[in-house]
Amino acid sequence: MAHQKLSLYQTMILILVAICAPLGNTCLAKGMTSLPELTLAHPLALFAAAFTPWVALGIALLIGFFASYLTALSWADLSYVMLATAWGNVVVELLAHFCLHEQVSCQRWLGVVLITLGVGLVAPGPSQTVQPAPLSSGAPR
Amino acid sequence: MNLAAFLSNTGFWAAAAMIAAVVLSSTAGEVLTAAAMKSVGDLDEIRAHSGLKGAIVAVLTCPLFFAGIFFMAVAFFALLFALNHLNLGLAGPATASLTVFTNAVAAKLFLRENVDRRRWTSAVLICIGVYFLAH
Repeated sequence: MAHQKLSLYQTMILILVAICAPLGNTCLAKGMTSLPELTLAHPLALFAAAFTPWVALGIALLIGFFASYLTALSWADLSYVMLATAWGNVVVELLAHFCLHEQVSCQRWLGVVLITLGVGLVAPGPSQTVQPAPLSSGAPR
Repeated sequence: MNLAAFLSNTGFWAAAAMIAAVVLSSTAGEVLTAAAMKSVGDLDEIRAHSGLKGAIVAVLTCPLFFAGIFFMAVAFFALLFALNHLNLGLAGPATASLTVFTNAVAAKLFLRENVDRRRWTSAVLICIGVYFLAH
């Protein structure tokens, strides 16, 4: 059975998958680079780093990514989810250019165009080509 | 790092093996996690029947899910190892773009998904696009 059209809720889940991972990684990178150098000799410093604002926000976004990713995989193909959510890379690039005013090279703009074309090609297609397990097999009652 | 310097510092096959380890373990993790979620069923329906706790229990009682997490962890440490030995400009784009393609191949082979011409074309475009963005 192929699900031809996603509901608004399912589309929102895919958007969450697409933007939470790159934004989470960006927050983690921003948080970790602003900290003094961490070593394994002081593991408590690493633990404390998780409670700084940017790192905590990054962790929260990555937890959100994983929850929405698992949800998406429960009703859509891996090959669909992976390709349709690649647009998150483009979002980060656009944010870097328009919000942080970073220079984006011609090669990166070409990457943005190719990813957008790829996502535009796969997104309108069927999201599911294999039948998932019936509800009774996995769900606790 | 240019190709000559790269080949002199790290052997070509050693670099290829490190990148392959990241790509293959990452793909194994993604495929096992996807197989786990397919065996669990639609999480939205489970949540409607059994609540959020029921959905969490359904995921955490699936052995395939933990196998997927294990391989994702292997991929993470393999990437750290590769980044320690290779230039970020090589390891980052190579692993990110190849994983897109190997996931599509693995989804067709192991999950029996219908990866048609539209998805192959999309995979190739995104693979090249991610390479350009990450480089």
